[in-house]
Amino acid sequence: MTVAIETPSARAIAAGVKPRRYGSWYVAEHRIRGIRSYSKTLLFTAVGSPFMYLFALGVGLATLVDRHNGLGGTSYLAFVAPALIASAAVTAAVEECTYPILMGFKWNPIFFGMNAAPISGAQIVNGIFIAVLARLLPTTLIYYLVMLVFGAVPSPLGVLDIPIAVLTGMAFGLVIASYMATVEQDVGQPAFIQRFIIIPLFLFSGTFFPLTQMPIFLRWIGWISPLWHGTELGRVVSYGAVEPGWLTIVHVLYPLALCVYGWRRTQVVVTRRLNK
Amino acid sequence: MLSPVIAAHLLTKKYKDFAAVDGISFEIAPGESFGFLGPNGAGKSTTLRMVGAVSTRTSGSLEILGLDPNEHGPEIRSQLGVVPQQDNLDMELRVRDNLIVYGRYFGINTSTCAAKADELLEFAQLSDRKKSRVDDLSGGMKRRLTIARSLMNDPRVLLLDEPTTGLDPQARHILWDRLFRLKEQGTTLVLTTHYMDEAEQLCDRIVVVDKGTIMAEGAPADLIRTYSTREVLELRFGSDNNATVATQVVGIGDRIEVLPDRILIYSNDGDSDLDRILAQGFTPITTLVRRSSLEDVFLRLTGRSLIE
Repeated sequence: MTVAIETPSARAIAAGVKPRRYGSWYVAEHRIRGIRSYSKTLLFTAVGSPFMYLFALGVGLATLVDRHNGLGGTSYLAFVAPALIASAAVTAAVEECTYPILMGFKWNPIFFGMNAAPISGAQIVNGIFIAVLARLLPTTLIYYLVMLVFGAVPSPLGVLDIPIAVLTGMAFGLVIASYMATVEQDVGQPAFIQRFIIIPLFLFSGTFFPLTQMPIFLRWIGWISPLWHGTELGRVVSYGAVEPGWLTIVHVLYPLALCVYGWRRTQVVVTRRLNK
Repeated sequence: MLSPVIAAHLLTKKYKDFAAVDGISFEIAPGESFGFLGPNGAGKSTTLRMVGAVSTRTSGSLEILGLDPNEHGPEIRSQLGVVPQQDNLDMELRVRDNLIVYGRYFGINTSTCAAKADELLEFAQLSDRKKSRVDDLSGGMKRRLTIARSLMNDPRVLLLDEPTTGLDPQARHILWDRLFRLKEQGTTLVLTTHYMDEAEQLCDRIVVVDKGTIMAEGAPADLIRTYSTREVLELRFGSDNNATVATQVVGIGDRIEVLPDRILIYSNDGDSDLDRILAQGFTPITTLVRRSSLEDVFLRLTGRSLIE
């Protein structure tokens, strides 16, 4: 009979298998527990916000716009709803990609704790982004259901507004996360991003009026904004807005490219900071 | 001899031109309690981060449990418990949840994590606070919770970076007691500290580190024997007179050191040296004969200038 002698290194190698394989999910699980600590506020916002915006813009402002047939037959409610759901996803994603990243390195440096366990920097980033997705899915689903209640989605394909909004939110969030991961001194960057990047893009991304209404020298703001791409794509599926096929492809590829860039870049920066 | 748990040879970490750790070599045996003693900026924490497989070395060799951290970081870390200098508990989560999420990082299933968390909260004397917010805990409690967290994976090696800095004496003693129990159970302890009493209490063997290099190595008692005398005689003659008297007290003790507020005479028999000084007609304001400590060794090796 042979007796297997377990050497310390063999034991370590066996113990490393699960963390290497599932580490990203463990981080996501941790982060989702964190999000749960403020879940009541999130639920209230997720339900309250679509009612508020759709009522104010889709009902209130729409009476004025529709009276003048400003959109050539399309109701203003149907026009604005895909923009609003995408904006809601962007707001939630940016929240989850600014403070938690700054916090993890600075105010409450849990990333260092995770990394002292068998979790790598890349897995920390994956886990955080999985948790962002986990927040965006119910947020956009609730938004979509409220849009249905308001009759804001003429086409059955409009259900695709959910993944489109999620993609838009992730594109924004991941790029911002890649910047936030570089921030060593908190001098109010999250508030700056909110006021001087998110709000202007929200206003000038063809959200409330078609981008073609903007002077030509300002339209680039929409072109670089994932919100404009997500909104336009949402309009295509939601009520069949007409645009060239190549542009629809760009609306998908551009946010996807931003996601890939933001994701990889954040991984590189986080890994470098942890390995000092 | 059992193969070492940690073996470092000419271990070096450079940040541009600055060598934070400058070619140190040491071995730590299983079950040993090993301390890095040194002033701030000596390279203790950097060494511990390399041993913790989170910071890549610039040169030299390093093996932990027979594995190279450059290749097997996660595997090595699966066998370590780490108590960092700065607590990094998750403030958003409650006490018990902090342990559970941390246990998950090692691939331990949630129900086992929950049972282990309860056991460790008992060990850390925090069972009655398991539903508290981390923010509401005292400094000592947070430290004990961090130690409990570091034990979630039953580590073979526990790395502690200045474990009791900032704690009051009661909290320090509770912590030492817990660490001593772990040592009794065979856990290898590796710690950094600049508290001499902590090093004497907890460590079988110490290296004194300064400016990234090892100045001395040995058991606390051996270091005292080698670098100091059995006793130290402390005399105060007033700030203005200490230096003058020191030049007159000759031939007494092994070595005399003059500080702004007192004279230290390193001696093997402090009482009889004190009698000789008094017999020569000197009249100190206060006198103290004490046993030589690790602090005397430390200050001799690393100097008395303020390091910040």
